[in-house]
Amino acid sequence: MNSQEKIISEIRKNKPAARPLPEAFSVVADSETMLDNFVAVLQSIGGTVTTIQNSDDIEALLKQKLESGLEVVNGLATLPYYNLDDYTDKDRTELEKVHTVLLKGEVAVAENGAIWVPEKAMGNRLLPFICQELVLVIEEANLVTTMHQAYQKTTVNDGGFGVFIAGPSKTADIEQSLVIGAHGPLALQVFITTNAGSVETECARAARHVPGSV
Amino acid sequence: MNTVIKDHSNAAAEFLQDKERARWHDETLWFVRAKRDKAAHNLDEWEALRNAASQIKEHTLSMLDDYLLEFEAKAKANGVHVHWADTAEEHNQIVYDILQKHKAKNIVKSKSMLTEECGMNHYLIDTGINVVDTDLGEYIVQLRQEIPSHIVLPAIHLKKEDVSNTFHQHIGTEKGNKDEVYLTRSARGVLRQKFLTADAAITGVNFAIAETGGFVVCTNEGNADLGVHAAKVHIACMGFEKIIPKAEHLGVFLRLLARSATGQPITTYSSHFHQPAKGQEMHIVVVNNGRTKQLGREEFRASLKCIRCAACFNTCPVYRRSGGHSYHNAVAGPIGSILAPNFDMKKNADLPFASTLCGSCSNVCPVKINIHEQLWLWRQKLMQDGYVSFAKKSSMKLMAGVLGNPSLYRVGGKLAREAMRLMPWSVNNKLNPWYKQRDLPAPPKQSFREWYIQNKKT
Repeated sequence: MNSQEKIISEIRKNKPAARPLPEAFSVVADSETMLDNFVAVLQSIGGTVTTIQNSDDIEALLKQKLESGLEVVNGLATLPYYNLDDYTDKDRTELEKVHTVLLKGEVAVAENGAIWVPEKAMGNRLLPFICQELVLVIEEANLVTTMHQAYQKTTVNDGGFGVFIAGPSKTADIEQSLVIGAHGPLALQVFITTNAGSVETECARAARHVPGSV
Repeated sequence: MNTVIKDHSNAAAEFLQDKERARWHDETLWFVRAKRDKAAHNLDEWEALRNAASQIKEHTLSMLDDYLLEFEAKAKANGVHVHWADTAEEHNQIVYDILQKHKAKNIVKSKSMLTEECGMNHYLIDTGINVVDTDLGEYIVQLRQEIPSHIVLPAIHLKKEDVSNTFHQHIGTEKGNKDEVYLTRSARGVLRQKFLTADAAITGVNFAIAETGGFVVCTNEGNADLGVHAAKVHIACMGFEKIIPKAEHLGVFLRLLARSATGQPITTYSSHFHQPAKGQEMHIVVVNNGRTKQLGREEFRASLKCIRCAACFNTCPVYRRSGGHSYHNAVAGPIGSILAPNFDMKKNADLPFASTLCGSCSNVCPVKINIHEQLWLWRQKLMQDGYVSFAKKSSMKLMAGVLGNPSLYRVGGKLAREAMRLMPWSVNNKLNPWYKQRDLPAPPKQSFREWYIQNKKT
């Protein structure tokens, strides 16, 4: 009997009687305060957040980093200076020189400031961790209240890897003193693209505010 | 390591000799507990989450065989190598063989209490392999040739000056510089170089998902991801109880884990691994090491629900005042004290007694393990099976005799009150450890029974 068979047979012998799986956990989602909550939580865990209506601020940031001579990876194909494809196969010592990485987040969670970044958005798995500064861009429409909604909205095994990122890397391992910037990125900046100007969205919002509306 | 193991109370006495430090340890962990309370109270559904987590785990334990086999099949289909280890030795051998196959000499490891349980570092280092612990707290204790004193805060027993001295000695930081940012950044520089040169990375597993064959690793520092994504080989080691049925259950567990551990809403990184990256090899080692035995112990099997958040450590009045090293087990604290006797009843017979049975551990446990009841049950089992010292056993027998006999109890109580009044030195002396750091109130003139009989008559 190999170890797999041995372990499985011992489990069968020793396991308790069948217990039911509880129903899926559900919470009432208050989407009214979602954006404010997300911003407040992300700031409290060391991230910086900017809400934007167009890409001007992101482009300005990219330009400013590049003009300072820093190596920047832009993973947003709709923006200028897109170069993520150049980094897909780069080796770790080359990636270590990258200063700023800009990626698109798929889902953002209001309760904890976490942003889901799937493998297809990062090009190379090492990039969001090895850079000095990480910039994530999310759409307001992809905000959800809790982790339960986040797992409904994303498929964790779509691709070989994916990660929830909540703030910059940090540690409190030395006498419980919080230090932002441990081994990974020293800073996380998040841009939330809102559709505040759009008439359609305004209507949708108004509809949500009417008591009793369906 | 053939050092003599001190029992918990003697090791705790040593820990308490540095009063300042012991007080700091106590207060700091209580502060972490308070942060946990704040995070928990922020969620109206906290208790419902604990119930759900507990039920999911209980269901999973009742179908462990099915879920583990489903996990194995899915992981294999994802291109991941799955290994099974019945014992700690087999686990270490499997890891060693994988490393040998790749001629891997330099290994980076992120936090894994399982590999601590298996003594993997020593095993590998003895064969000439370099293993660097990359979690900052673990890196510090590894440089000092110690083991983690806490499963979430591995260096909580140390102060800034200790870290400063250790780093000065090993990585050349300025002598006497105790600034935490300076020390953290210095370690960052050294460890990032290790990530760039490592041949393989070893991680633990927080949750393994039967439905998808994937697993989740949670860190704040980014060390697991830096190690794994930079290396050609990833080995993830898990105790088999880490399995959960579905990805949606991660919603329940990730909401509870960091809030219970440190009061954070979630760890910085919750990484979901399903397939190896292009050109990479991914291995999972599923470990038993006594878990099937614990599963068969009806009164103790709930300990396998543990998600290793350490909330029970932070709240425990005994852990806070005795330090993790007093528990002589990879997992310390209340949960460690109910897991350890399963491994070795003789060696760990003292641990279930390292508790006041106040029940706070059970109250904060995010998966509702009845920790304090299990501590009490272990005490009985250890007594029955003859693993408790003669002195403790005979004093308990004496106590049981006195408490079980009303007239003997009354005479004994009267004698004790008289003795304490006339000869206080007979109890309050160096031979009685109860009087360390505390005093008894003055003995009453009469017992409640005597008072009641007297007052009822008048």
